Amino acid sequence: MRVILYLVAAPVVGCLLSGWDRRITARMQGRRGPPILQPLYDVQKLWQKESMVVRRYQNLYILFFLLLVIFTGALFFAGSDLLLVIFALTLAAVFFVLGAYKASSPYSFIGAERELIQIMAYEPMILLTAIGMYIATRSFSVDAIAGHPTLLVLVLPGVFVGFLYTLEIKFRKSPFDLSSSHHAHQELVRGITTEFSGRTLAMIEIAHWYETVFLLGWVYLFFASSPLLGVLVSLLVFVFVILVDNVFARLKWQTAIRSAWLVTAVLGFGNILILSLMH
Amino acid sequence: MALALFMILVPLAAGLGLWCVKSDGIRKILVIGVTLAVCACAVALAGLPTPLDLAGVSLDHHWLNWGILAVEIAMSLYIMYVGWRAKHPLIVLLALAQTGLMTWFEFSAGSQLVASQNLFVDKLAVIMALINGLVGGGICIYALGYMREYHEVAHRKVPDRRPLFFALLFVFMGAMFGLVFANNLMWLFLFWEITTLCSFLLIGYTQTEEAARNARRALVMNLAGGLAFAVAIVWCFQKIHSIELQALIGSKQALVLLPAALLCFAGITKSAQLPFSSWLLGAMVAPTPVSALLHSSTMVKAGVYLVLRMAPVITGTKVGMMVAMVGGATFVIGSLAAITTGEAKRVLAWSTIANLGLIVLCGGIGTYEALWAGVLLIIFHAVAKCLLFLCVGTVDHQLHSLNIEDMSGLIRRMPHVAVMMLIGMAGMFLAPFGMLISKWAVLKAVVDAAPLLSVFIVFGSSATLFFWVKWMGKLVEVVGNDEPAKQEFVPSEAVALYGLATATFLTCLLFPLISSRLVEPYVVDVYGQTASLSPGNVIIMTIMMAMVMLFPLSFIRHGRGVKMVDAYLGGANVKGGVRFLGSANAVEEVTMHNYYLRGLLSESVLSRWGVLGCAVLLVVMLMVANL
Amino acid sequence: MSGLSKSPWILHYDASSCNGCDIEVLACLTPVFDVERLGVVNTGNPKHADIFLVTGAVNEQSRNVILNLYNQMPEPKVVVAVGVCAATGGIFRECYNISGGVDSIIPVDVYVPGCAARPEAIIDGVVQALGVLERKHTDMAATIPNQTRSAS
Repeated sequence: MRVILYLVAAPVVGCLLSGWDRRITARMQGRRGPPILQPLYDVQKLWQKESMVVRRYQNLYILFFLLLVIFTGALFFAGSDLLLVIFALTLAAVFFVLGAYKASSPYSFIGAERELIQIMAYEPMILLTAIGMYIATRSFSVDAIAGHPTLLVLVLPGVFVGFLYTLEIKFRKSPFDLSSSHHAHQELVRGITTEFSGRTLAMIEIAHWYETVFLLGWVYLFFASSPLLGVLVSLLVFVFVILVDNVFARLKWQTAIRSAWLVTAVLGFGNILILSLMH
Repeated sequence: MALALFMILVPLAAGLGLWCVKSDGIRKILVIGVTLAVCACAVALAGLPTPLDLAGVSLDHHWLNWGILAVEIAMSLYIMYVGWRAKHPLIVLLALAQTGLMTWFEFSAGSQLVASQNLFVDKLAVIMALINGLVGGGICIYALGYMREYHEVAHRKVPDRRPLFFALLFVFMGAMFGLVFANNLMWLFLFWEITTLCSFLLIGYTQTEEAARNARRALVMNLAGGLAFAVAIVWCFQKIHSIELQALIGSKQALVLLPAALLCFAGITKSAQLPFSSWLLGAMVAPTPVSALLHSSTMVKAGVYLVLRMAPVITGTKVGMMVAMVGGATFVIGSLAAITTGEAKRVLAWSTIANLGLIVLCGGIGTYEALWAGVLLIIFHAVAKCLLFLCVGTVDHQLHSLNIEDMSGLIRRMPHVAVMMLIGMAGMFLAPFGMLISKWAVLKAVVDAAPLLSVFIVFGSSATLFFWVKWMGKLVEVVGNDEPAKQEFVPSEAVALYGLATATFLTCLLFPLISSRLVEPYVVDVYGQTASLSPGNVIIMTIMMAMVMLFPLSFIRHGRGVKMVDAYLGGANVKGGVRFLGSANAVEEVTMHNYYLRGLLSESVLSRWGVLGCAVLLVVMLMVANL
Repeated sequence: MSGLSKSPWILHYDASSCNGCDIEVLACLTPVFDVERLGVVNTGNPKHADIFLVTGAVNEQSRNVILNLYNQMPEPKVVVAVGVCAATGGIFRECYNISGGVDSIIPVDVYVPGCAARPEAIIDGVVQALGVLERKHTDMAATIPNQTRSAS
């Protein structure tokens, strides 16, 4: 079944995508970059490190973050209600943030606050994306949306662009890598992931793999009526996100949330306004 | 029938009785006894088939009407006296206008003012009665222990008027029962005004200048709503020659749109929607049981209850759209404003205002989906918000502070209360708890009926996430060497707190049951069809609930054999707490304050625009209803 | 293969260095040398790091910091002393404020000489440290699970 395929294949795909991410980034910077399987080696190494915590139960939050991210993706690929998927994702994100709060360190604290701001920045847009898809297809069910005959991006161009904008936030890439970043030497040290080590850090990485696959799956939904185009665009979007990451420096959080909400209001809501007027 | 009357009269009588009781012991017995009786009645009521057969009982209408008028005039005179003493002309004018109108009405149409059914108990009334009885009762029991602490330890300077306090709590409870059971609009109006008066007296309980001022503000705004109510009754009688609520609901839209709009106006003032939100914010100066009972769980619910009753009348009209927009705007602005403040009760107040805005949005849209969502919201919000207020009250007594920043590490200092607060907060916005399911239902209703209103919901709900999670984070973080408090709460508080926490959990677990037994039948009664949660989604919710419940359970085996080190502080760590070696070899404590986004959002600017915008919407609503 | 040697994350700390060696360390990350090909990531966080790269000798201010950072690194971990100052104190050995090289307070596994150490030497040092890391890992896995073993 699709869910089992997702559970098994998503980490593999996510790992490869993550590896390609670092490779492409390196090539854009004139370097050679690590091997494609580097994220796998990273996770392998982390899994064997000693377990170290600041507060005794902090790692438990991250375990549930991972479980819920997997659950979210499973829900999505099983074809259920898109709104429920978003709410499950929010629940997962909340566990992640609470874990960072639990760690009670200034860097993880600021990382947590900024992560919350990021969530507040992208949540309106992803909800509007779901609503836009509902207006276009009269259903919230992922199955129904995927089976819809029209190419959704033609009906929802504004929503699509807005969604891309928030993808940049969701992937934690510049200009929105406010809470934590893969790049070296950030002013937040490691931000939200500062106090997590060993297996827990590995779990965060794996959760990001699952999340990446789920988000690209959502991009696919915009092109679901022609599957080949969908897969192609998803990969292109992924490369585009990496490109933007390398081109831009990080924005301040005030700018991040202002611009995200502006984009949501103008592009997202504008698209829906036009759609409702047309119906 | 007898049950309904019993539920109205017994608390009223108990209230008057409690006014005379000075001894703590007798008060305790009376409070607990009446509360248990009322709860039992409410549960029994839920079991009966509805609508209850009440038509057979005839009450002597004539002297009852005069009696009601007499009580109203007495209350009005007292209010006018208050207004005159405080040199507040608006209070006097509004009270005069209101009572004057009702008196004229009574005299001019006296014998025709009969209702075939004075009381009407359908499923919605049962739901409201359950909330009033169980949640309200819980608060009354909580208040026993809380008020003792309040007067004997925390606030010695406040004069001890506990007999009056408890009297008012029970008079209010009786009035609420009357409000939800009433079909006769005159009776509804009486109970409405009683709640206004109780609210005024309770807000001013501490008798400080600030409390008195806020009490008067609440009075003015609720009186304005009361005046609208009175005009609605008169107009309704002119149009359809009936003073029955059900008759109003069943009439043709064109006939009764203006009375419906006026009743919505009254509901909006009572539930502190913008532009009338400032009274609720000011009412937070009152002791916590007052905030919990009146200003989050029950009295303000009366306002949205009325709006929901009006739903079938205003659905699809411009009036409905205006009401929905007022609700939506209140939701967004309330949620954004709650981010900027660090006082616990103020955050809860704004959150209440915002969630009531969602319910008003549902009422304004008025489709069967929206009604289903709205009733669910009422249930879940009442329980979770009450729990939060009571926890905050308990924390206040322990920490002597209502500032969220002072609640850092509460999970160590007051573990039980902290866990219950976390449950309450999760219940307010997190999947798979009740409020989230309700919000989901609202979204579905909105996209079907008026998709453009969804913009309010999406922005508002992201804002709510922010302020709840940062508060939750504050509770779980542990920065210093906190010792657990010796005694977190007294027994009576414990009963209420544990009860409500269990209720929050249970209402969520039993959601499908509550929906199918109570809410859906009501919606079917009104519209002939209902929305519900599909079985597939119920399963998914259950799985999520199981996963969330696994979380506290997994604390039991976890955490053995982990190595505990200090947080990363650039290597400058100093042992014991989150501290580091700063310049000149001074040991610095790390302080971590939440973001309040005050550079981005300003509570006063938000309020100002909200008041302006919603005032315009209300004016338009009344104009449009007239056409 | 345990994967440890394929993903060495370093923590780079300047104890009292003149920054000469630090510049060379950072040069390793640039496109000319590109240590990310080897999977090396410069994390600023001891809890994420496997290799502790220290430059400069130990003085009063850096003594406790080095100890704190070292203790906050999870096992298995290695220490690489980069440059002569970190190795022995270098030309500052006799100064009143310097107590010696890094090995006076924590066990060092690899010494990279030079003033300033060249990037090629630093990379070579890191690669040798990977071998030590692998050895420590097999030692750690071989001990009875519930015993904590201190690195020596």
